[in-house]
Amino acid sequence: MDNLLIDNIRRRNRTNTRLKYIIIAGAVITVVPIFLIVGNLALKGYRQINLAFFTEPAPDTFQAMMAASSGEVIPGGIANGLTGSLLMVIIASLVSIPLGLMTGVYLYENGTKRYASFIRSLTEILQGVPSIILGIIAYLWVVRNITRGYSALAGSTALTIMMLPLIIRSTEETMKMIPVTIREAAFALGTPYYKMIIKVLIPVSFSGLATGVLLALSRILGETAPLMLTALGSPSVSLDVTRPVSAVPLLIWDFYNDPNMVNLVWSASLFLMVFVLSMNLLSRSIASKHKYI
Amino acid sequence: MSGDKVTKALLFLSSLTILLLSAGIVLSLTGGAIPAFREYGFSFITSTVWNPTSGSEEYGALPFIAGTVITSLLALLLCIPMAFSTSLFIAEYFRGTRTAGILRSLVDMLAGIPSIVYGFWGFYALRPLLISTGLTDQGFGIFTASLVLAIMIVPYATSLSTEIIAMVPSELKEAAYSLGATRREVIFRVIIPSARSGIVASFILALGRALGETMAVTMLIGNANIIPKGLFSPGNTMASVIANQFGEADGLKLSALIAIGLLLFAITALVNAAGKFIIRRFA
Repeated sequence: MDNLLIDNIRRRNRTNTRLKYIIIAGAVITVVPIFLIVGNLALKGYRQINLAFFTEPAPDTFQAMMAASSGEVIPGGIANGLTGSLLMVIIASLVSIPLGLMTGVYLYENGTKRYASFIRSLTEILQGVPSIILGIIAYLWVVRNITRGYSALAGSTALTIMMLPLIIRSTEETMKMIPVTIREAAFALGTPYYKMIIKVLIPVSFSGLATGVLLALSRILGETAPLMLTALGSPSVSLDVTRPVSAVPLLIWDFYNDPNMVNLVWSASLFLMVFVLSMNLLSRSIASKHKYI
Repeated sequence: MSGDKVTKALLFLSSLTILLLSAGIVLSLTGGAIPAFREYGFSFITSTVWNPTSGSEEYGALPFIAGTVITSLLALLLCIPMAFSTSLFIAEYFRGTRTAGILRSLVDMLAGIPSIVYGFWGFYALRPLLISTGLTDQGFGIFTASLVLAIMIVPYATSLSTEIIAMVPSELKEAAYSLGATRREVIFRVIIPSARSGIVASFILALGRALGETMAVTMLIGNANIIPKGLFSPGNTMASVIANQFGEADGLKLSALIAIGLLLFAITALVNAAGKFIIRRFA
């Protein structure tokens, strides 16, 4: 009888230890890809990264072929992608940050009222819409009816619709953490409503808002699919919002489809990943430093 | 006082844009899809033929619906053990330690990598690896796409289930320990049962992510407009066929692609709503 009990305990302890090792192994396997991806890109991508990489537009296929066949570094860079990305992201931010802030404040102020809850659900749905569908929408609205052709404006429209729900949700979540007493103190002093928002709500929750904006930016900077249907891409630097422009992820897609340019994809991917990840990490470090609000 | 009213009106107006945007998206997608549905009716969803040759044009969405559902479910299946062990690692075994914090940041980093970088890495690093196993000679297909998708959705499945597992009351766990339960027994008999709905919800939300993922899948699935015949068969998903063929499309083909977009929109909205419902109701 005693033996049976001891056997039982031994068996349970064994399976217990085994599970622990399985869990540790599973967790390690999960994060291995991040090292593989970063390592792979860094190893193969660093060679192409030089000053020209940032200041010159993408080379054409012939130049790349000549360089590759003679074993040289491919000339040119991603300047057209950088300016295009910057242009579209700035336009998207100019529209979605104020609009998202205001809507977020509205949802916070109106809490559980039926209309506010409805808008909140719509925002959640909008946040879950696959980005390629927003590309279709921007195509139907802007490419077809406004700019009559692929354009930076259409690309920014898709990015704006992507950013908006992210900003709204982070604004509302951040404001929820502000103690009500601060608001009440402002009102007790006779502060007008708009001043309370601008001078109290926004400054107090600033780090949370900044985190939300940075996260949203890091999300849209890497977006490719919606831009393929809207901004299309352009071989030269262009700042005209009614014309097609390139973007860093679009360039990666172009390079990827051209066998001569493979070396450039590694560098462009490395650059995009480092940029997006550092933005991501920056936002998280801001968030963890200002947890008290 | 009237100034306050102006402010409130402004805030209200900005909230209206969400309403207009949502309505506009649904209306535009439906409007764009009407020609395809008028031409093929319900058989648009059940037909497996996708033939853009002018003159004998015929469009059916079934291969893409099948491709989307199969890759996403397979990705979810592959993601579950990873997300599960990561959440237990962070919220149970190494709770509150520096190791758990580092692991958490690493998993968060996975969410920060752009989709196209995943696709490119999958193509040049993962595909040769799969070919060398001898299971597939092209390296493209359902499995490759699902594997990369699984890695991409791990952070979404992990972050929520970690929170839910951490919220299981310690009284419950301590009660089980005091009865002599091992940690494994506590996990399977106490933690998982009481965190079940939250864990399920986090997997559903991760599925919603997988359904709409475009670039990585487009680069790895092989882009064949057929119902996939096996794990390593090429296929196409709803998102990837739109990405591949939208550029040169017009007329009926454009409408068929928009109709696929509408279906994808409906599927993802339903899946996300189900996840959110479970969270609100049970967690």
